[in-house]
Amino acid sequence: MGLSSIAYDLGSGLNGPMSISHLSSPRQQLAFSAKSCSRACITVRAADGNSGSMRAPPSTVRASKLVTNAVAVKSETASIAATKSGHELLLFEALREGLEEEMERDPRVCVLGEDVGHYGGSYKVTKGLAEKFGDLRVLDTPIAENSFTGMAVGAAMTGLRPIVEGMNMGFLLLAYNQISNNCGMLHYTSGGQFTIPVVIRGPGGVGRQLGAEHSQRLESYFQSVPGLQMVACSTPYNAKGLMKAAIRSENPVILCEHVLLYNLKERIPDEEYVCCLERAELVRPGKDVTILTYSRMRHHVLQAAKSLINKGYDPEIIDIISLKPFDLHTIGNSIKKTHKVLIVEECMRTGGIGASLRASIMDNFWDYLDAPIMCLSSQDVPTPYAGTLEEATVVQPPQIVKAIKQLCG
Amino acid sequence: MAYVMRSSPSVQSGSLAPHSSASSVSSSASSSSYILRLGALNSQRSGRLSITRRAIGTANRRTRKPHGVSASTSELVAEKPSIKNALAITREEGLILYEDMVLGRSFEDMCAQMYYRGKMFGFVHLYNGQEAVSTGFVKCLKPEDYVCSTYRDHVHALSKGVPARAVMSELFGKATGICRGQGGSMHMFSKEHGLLGGFAFIGEGIPVATGAAFKTKYEREVLKNDKADAVTVAFFGDGTCNNGQFFECLNMAALWKLPIIFVVENNLWAIGMSHYRATSVPEIWKKGPAFGMPGIHVDGMDVLKVREVALEAVARARRGDGPTLVECETYRFRGHSLADPDELRKPAEKAHYAARDPIIALKKYLLESGLVDETDLRSIDKKIDEIVEDAVEFADASPLPPRSQLLENVFADPKGFGIGPDGKYRCEDPAFTAGTAQV
Repeated sequence: MGLSSIAYDLGSGLNGPMSISHLSSPRQQLAFSAKSCSRACITVRAADGNSGSMRAPPSTVRASKLVTNAVAVKSETASIAATKSGHELLLFEALREGLEEEMERDPRVCVLGEDVGHYGGSYKVTKGLAEKFGDLRVLDTPIAENSFTGMAVGAAMTGLRPIVEGMNMGFLLLAYNQISNNCGMLHYTSGGQFTIPVVIRGPGGVGRQLGAEHSQRLESYFQSVPGLQMVACSTPYNAKGLMKAAIRSENPVILCEHVLLYNLKERIPDEEYVCCLERAELVRPGKDVTILTYSRMRHHVLQAAKSLINKGYDPEIIDIISLKPFDLHTIGNSIKKTHKVLIVEECMRTGGIGASLRASIMDNFWDYLDAPIMCLSSQDVPTPYAGTLEEATVVQPPQIVKAIKQLCG
Repeated sequence: MAYVMRSSPSVQSGSLAPHSSASSVSSSASSSSYILRLGALNSQRSGRLSITRRAIGTANRRTRKPHGVSASTSELVAEKPSIKNALAITREEGLILYEDMVLGRSFEDMCAQMYYRGKMFGFVHLYNGQEAVSTGFVKCLKPEDYVCSTYRDHVHALSKGVPARAVMSELFGKATGICRGQGGSMHMFSKEHGLLGGFAFIGEGIPVATGAAFKTKYEREVLKNDKADAVTVAFFGDGTCNNGQFFECLNMAALWKLPIIFVVENNLWAIGMSHYRATSVPEIWKKGPAFGMPGIHVDGMDVLKVREVALEAVARARRGDGPTLVECETYRFRGHSLADPDELRKPAEKAHYAARDPIIALKKYLLESGLVDETDLRSIDKKIDEIVEDAVEFADASPLPPRSQLLENVFADPKGFGIGPDGKYRCEDPAFTAGTAQV
């Protein structure tokens, strides 16, 4: 049967909230493995007429047209969503909720960064927290990334649990000295004496014509640093869960957010939950091909999957979540089933997450592969300002469809 | 605390003139004990030391005090009482200071020997000549206070209380080292003794120290622990004072009135780069008031002067009055590291500072003031020799780290190595802990 449509409306981009509607029938539950994200209530609405309990409005059945630069969008079935448990919120609100819960739970948790306090964060992730917890717990720092990141390291060594916000991930390049030498290495060079339970987070990735320096993908630069863990959130559910897990972790964790995903809307559970930092998320089970992706590209893949499913392909989509280390179990199980891999990432071709993932898969699962691993990455260019050029630097859904056709025949 | 220190030999030879001309005090007052310039530490003391100080650019921004770079001799220099009547330190304190400096010197000399015998490798930076700064500051601290250092950190570790055995083992790369052999000469850490490192890149320790000071403030104000008053001392050199992290941290420390003391060990040379060739305004103490904290310049070859400044700066920080920048004029008798041929420094300069050896100066003072006698000092020398010999024997006899130690401290939570293909966490694989797993 397959799912004939995914509740992704097209085109509105950053303007206004976007949602993924709720799923209830057992058949629809096929879409999500109980192991991975059933708690998430991330949903794919079956648009075929037999679903019974839910009827998909015709406007969402657009299997044939793929819009570039699409991000998940509001669905029309808000009324159905309202009857279910849990609460709806946007991704940045989910991050804030996770942060607030952890700050209430442990008084040693504090935030520092530029404009996190009175301004509420440039993407409003820390809005209201300074009023609630005070100026010292939500510290507005001067513009000195290297130094305040080092300050977070020193505070973590002596007992606090700071969260460093990079206003844009790219600014953390200035903090690279501290991130590499101190966050990553200090636990080891001190012989295990000091722990550095910091969380370094911020929005990265290519946005909407933000220019080259605000469109960087730092996950590829940080992945080599030993001693760091790195995760990327892609939905409100995993954003909150990963934020909480990162704060509770004793390791230094880099939480990669994406500029274009902050307004993603989803219904998340009321009860407390924490995601696992090392586990990948099975977004859609399938048997033809394994698509590995993360962050914003997950949504491009899901966009492309609509078309692929209509054409009869059955892709298994995995959001790798943990960029360092890779969850080789989930990835391996998938490869053993499908024997073909496509990696879709936003990093540059050279030295990106995809490059490492490819090497890792070859090391571990060579015997299970029927075809060379395909990897779709961004072009090795500084992101241009012009909209058409920017579109061409990042992987778009039509390219994903084409790659799958090439891979699967 | 009034004391008399025998005046240092009149300081400045020609080649060092730019260094000393910062204040008009030095010219006529070089015989004075105290090269105190600028930035008073808002002292509340009443006349024990009848030195008047002008507070300049202190952290209190609302009251603007008059700016005066220079002051007349009489204002700044105390009338020196005779030696017998005014003693700064007790016999016990004197012996502690002496012992600490001798430990530092003997240990570093032994390091040099061991290096040339092939017992330790890599970059080793020795502290000979600068002992007064470490002893002067660290012996004013409580065990809960923090010290943050650079790659020239052996003596800071020893002063702070890290056993000589642990430091020597670390240098030999043995498993019994203070960092299990994983840090080495440039990365001495001790949680027990509050030593926050040991950093190879200059400047990168200063933010860490600032963070430790921030934690004290956080503990007081957010966690409401009134007893939290740990002070942090950050040591670094003259080369670091041209680095961005230095200035960024001066700003943040003054902004939030953090309990930190920035101690500049100005030994005039950053490997082969003279401080005057690298710095537009060589007087580092002047940069404190620019950020809103007192800037003090002190003779770093004289442990008692350093100690006096340190006591006041530490008290200031503990009270909650904020940070202080202290520039210590000091000198390293050896090269930058054991690999440095040290060809650029002039013999005259070296001789000048060798004559101001802090250990010899303290020894002279203690003997002349009648606090101790020769036998006391000789017994300390002997004791230190034994400690250092014992440290070497211990390090020699210690085991090298086993292969299984390689992956142990990469993560505090070893789940950070991830989930392996078999579905289990890699760290749960027995081969992993034995060091034979492929990662």
